[in-house]
Amino acid sequence: MAILEVRNLDVAVAGAKLLHQVSFSLAAGEVAAVIGPNGAGKTTLLRAVAGDIPASSGDLMVCGRTHQQWPLLDKARQLAVLPQTSILNFPFTVAEVVALGRNPHSTGSAVDEQIVAEALAALDIAHLRDRLYPQLSGGEKQRTQLARVMAQIWRAEDAQERLLILDEPTASLDLGHQQQLMQRIRQMAASGIAVLMVLHDLNLALGFADRLLALHQGKLVANGPCAAVLTSELLHQLYGAYAAVVRHPLDGRSVVIL
Amino acid sequence: MRRPFHDLSRSWPYVLGASLIFLLAVMGISLGFGAVTFRAQDLWAWVSGSADAQTQLILNHLRLPRTLLAALVGALLAICGTATQGLFRNSLADPSLIGVSAGAAAGAGGVIVFLNHVQWNLWGLSLVSLGAFASGLLVVWFVYRLASGVTGTSVTTMLLAGIAFTFLAGALTGLLEFIADNDMLRRISLWRMGGLEGAEATRIALMAVITAIILSILLRQRRALNALLLGESEARYLGIDVQKLQRTVIICVALGMGVCVAVAGTISFIGLVVPHMVRMLTGPDHRYVLPLSAVTGAILLVVADAFARTVMAPTELPVGLVTAFIGAPVFISLLRQRGYAGIGA
Repeated sequence: MAILEVRNLDVAVAGAKLLHQVSFSLAAGEVAAVIGPNGAGKTTLLRAVAGDIPASSGDLMVCGRTHQQWPLLDKARQLAVLPQTSILNFPFTVAEVVALGRNPHSTGSAVDEQIVAEALAALDIAHLRDRLYPQLSGGEKQRTQLARVMAQIWRAEDAQERLLILDEPTASLDLGHQQQLMQRIRQMAASGIAVLMVLHDLNLALGFADRLLALHQGKLVANGPCAAVLTSELLHQLYGAYAAVVRHPLDGRSVVIL
Repeated sequence: MRRPFHDLSRSWPYVLGASLIFLLAVMGISLGFGAVTFRAQDLWAWVSGSADAQTQLILNHLRLPRTLLAALVGALLAICGTATQGLFRNSLADPSLIGVSAGAAAGAGGVIVFLNHVQWNLWGLSLVSLGAFASGLLVVWFVYRLASGVTGTSVTTMLLAGIAFTFLAGALTGLLEFIADNDMLRRISLWRMGGLEGAEATRIALMAVITAIILSILLRQRRALNALLLGESEARYLGIDVQKLQRTVIICVALGMGVCVAVAGTISFIGLVVPHMVRMLTGPDHRYVLPLSAVTGAILLVVADAFARTVMAPTELPVGLVTAFIGAPVFISLLRQRGYAGIGA
């Protein structure tokens, strides 16, 4: 069953057409990575799906609803979004920031505390729980924000159909935490959450996404399983760069080598 | 680094209770200070009803109303400051940023210069106060309209519009001062320095009602205000109607500041420094910051007013000067330790 249905989506902002006839769908439990060069419309696509910018034409259904007929609070229980950059200067503790993710729910403080503790543990930041957010490193902040959006749609009891939107979640993470984060995202997906994320690291996308959505100049130029879609021709078309796509000698996965 | 009050959820009733008791103690002590000094036994005699007529008169009709008014104005200023800093997501924002104080000053100046002889009042507020209130609100309305477009209200535009209108209102006040005669000029500049004289029952009742209403409205929005600190889109993703929240906060701050300025002139730094100090103790959760800022603001203004009455007794200093003299050094010391508590742009 599709959590996200996009049909012939056009998005124009201030007269500039940023997305053109984009169509795809995303099923529960599926992880899709959006790739493409700078300015291809990746963030625009995410923001349109999140309901931040309206579609000029086409259909957009998330969890079977359109953004117009979806009360904000109901939406927040099913759709969690992590923007590219979040600036928070106020001295919340890490645990308090994550607990803000429980804002849309009225599940009671006992349940919320439990979920916060689980989300902190999942992102390996339990030891930071009482630290002040503005004093964290970039990677620690990123993991805190991620724990927050995960806590927002943590339980299937709160909402069965859930969509997680992430804009470059691995941007400021080290290698180990990138991998750990992607594993957590896969675990979230296994509980029935659909995940749509922008990823710059193609090898991370190949390793952890079910599907690639390649955007180029506002058009969806490829959409399908990673191994089938990602070829050196596509990479050249997208980035104008020459790269080889080879099989990993140990597990046979595709790997991009520049 | 940990905060002094690391987890308030259990100790909150005690912290709030202790701070309220402290406020009452400070108010009690401040009753003794002024042109005439009362010792503890004088105050005790007053409480038990056995004080002489002069003591009764001074305390009942001057000190007590004034102390109550100082507490209420201080509380409301600090509440408005907390809400403004939340709205702008900047812990160094001042409630006068949206233009209300400068607008009010221009309005007060206008009334003093052009309606000099009109003796008329409403709910204990003179025409000068009403003029200040009305023009303060008018400026906020202009600022808000300028910052609001089809895509919603831009807080950044609002900040810049506030600055622009502050300058405009300042120029208008300057012009009024230029055409004013000596007596008017002195009234304008005294008004601008702020003062709490002329406290009486209707004013106090008005202040108490408005403070209670604004505090309860903002407290009901505490979770939304907390989420807004993450950012506007982040708050929207958490299910908050950001537009509506911003409008609520702006109306509350405009009304609150408008009333404060109307009652007591411009009193600076309470709205800026108090929420900031409280946040260092409790963290930014509005559930705690709003009430505790109110109490702290009340304490500070009561103390400042006691200073204002005493320093040059029997002459009284404008209390706005005292808060600026206390507030500016406190603020400077906060800037010096900006690493702590994550102060930043």
